[in-house]
Amino acid sequence: MEECLNTISDYALRSVGVGERLLPRSDFTLCQQFTLIGSGMIWNIYFGLLALLSGFFLATAVAVGKASQNIVIRKASEWFIFVFRGSPLFIQFFFAYFFFLSLKSQFAFFDAFTSAWLGALIVLFLNTSAYTGEIFYGALQSIPKGDSEAADAYGLSGWPRFRRVIWPTMLRLAWPAYTNEAIFLFHSTTLVFFSGFPVWGQKGDALYYAAFFADKTFNPFIPYPILAFYFILLTLVIIGIMGKIGTRLNSHLPQDAKPKFRFRPQIIR
Amino acid sequence: MGFYWSFLTVLTLLAITAPLALTFGMGGAMAARSRIAPVSWLGKGYIAIVRGVPDIAFFLFFVIALDQGIEYLRHQALCPDWPDAIRQGNDFIVCQTAKMPLNNAPPEAHDRYGFFIAVFTFAIVFGAFAGNVLFGAMKAVPKPQIETAESYGMTRRQTFWRIVVPQMWVYALPGLGNLWMVLIKATPLLFLLGIEDIVYWARELGATKTPRFTDYPHADWRMWYFLALLVFYLAFTRVSEIALERIMRRLTRGQATAGGEAQRKVAA
Repeated sequence: MEECLNTISDYALRSVGVGERLLPRSDFTLCQQFTLIGSGMIWNIYFGLLALLSGFFLATAVAVGKASQNIVIRKASEWFIFVFRGSPLFIQFFFAYFFFLSLKSQFAFFDAFTSAWLGALIVLFLNTSAYTGEIFYGALQSIPKGDSEAADAYGLSGWPRFRRVIWPTMLRLAWPAYTNEAIFLFHSTTLVFFSGFPVWGQKGDALYYAAFFADKTFNPFIPYPILAFYFILLTLVIIGIMGKIGTRLNSHLPQDAKPKFRFRPQIIR
Repeated sequence: MGFYWSFLTVLTLLAITAPLALTFGMGGAMAARSRIAPVSWLGKGYIAIVRGVPDIAFFLFFVIALDQGIEYLRHQALCPDWPDAIRQGNDFIVCQTAKMPLNNAPPEAHDRYGFFIAVFTFAIVFGAFAGNVLFGAMKAVPKPQIETAESYGMTRRQTFWRIVVPQMWVYALPGLGNLWMVLIKATPLLFLLGIEDIVYWARELGATKTPRFTDYPHADWRMWYFLALLVFYLAFTRVSEIALERIMRRLTRGQATAGGEAQRKVAA
């Protein structure tokens, strides 16, 4: 017990460079594996949360763009969605990394972009914007005619019409699918350090540490279930939070008219 | 040259994995439908477990687990009187003849074995997803169809093969098509499994070449190689989309669905 508390104080923040510098070399305990893999989760949460929050706004813009009458805006949005949904995230990471690398050799300004905390975040931001944009676009298409007619009847138009009627309804309809998207965005953050982005000073994410232990112990049956445990926990938290927001969005509706969330796993993106 | 071959590797993997995964999925879905409770639990469990856990963790986990599983079974069969424990602390030790592939095997055998393990892993994971889709599709076949078959005196098995299976595809195709797209996008993970696929070659060939080691020195071209890969995948996705649309149109013909009805109206 004493020993485990020591391990936690040594390694709990290891993934961000705080605490003991050397990773354990031999005699790996269960406590070490739990602590280090949990420490790696900091990165997964960082990437997922920031990409989700920033992607939300671009996604709304892309969805509205795809539904736009203007052919230039529509085509641009369609292509944006196709490029990011049609190619593997893995390749996108690689391409972005080497793209930033060659920019860096020209301009020193791009130095930060080649490290994961910024470069990978940008890729995830664009990627989730494309996936979410498609979800929002679908919701935009299925807004009940009555809702927009009612908005017209009240004399709303332009921005107030969008802000007060279209947008809330769109979110309400898209919410169950968006919850799934949020879950799988967090899952796909595990790809960051397995693609081009290098791990500096062994400060990696949860999968990095899980792979580290599996590599050192030749025993995948302990670190990967720990990783799965953390991710199931994270998934439950996301479902809980998103469910709260969903209830708020639907609070004006009768009980049986609320769209239900169904967990629909969609692995690799 | 290896770069071009690796495209073939990816295509071969897809060509082998897709039918294999479909078979696994079919098996899973049929087991889940079974009236014998343990078989049904097995099928449902298979579908549920693989769906619940994050993606690439599965790929990393399965490859080692499969490898060790095979070696363990061979060890049990080939060296029954082995005195030591297999799992000694952090080491996994089996006798020499149980190694897969054998230590003295040529390098191609190692490559082929790695490829086989990769295909198997893909098939298991995607089989669970396909099983889920097919299970849903079987349930979506209109009830009256099955009742009619029963009133004609068909057995449960006959009803399944003659009525349910031919009709379920139209319900399964959107899901299976999605799965195919995901499968295409999952192929770069081969790289993680240590196969020399396109990602490996793009990194290798794109890296800076100095005049000392090669006749064709160039700067860091990895960006362009990955751009080419990006375009390759986008083109592949687009072609698949068009093909799936065609198949869907063919399958809806004569079905009692909204799509089939619309087609009938156009023809009339």
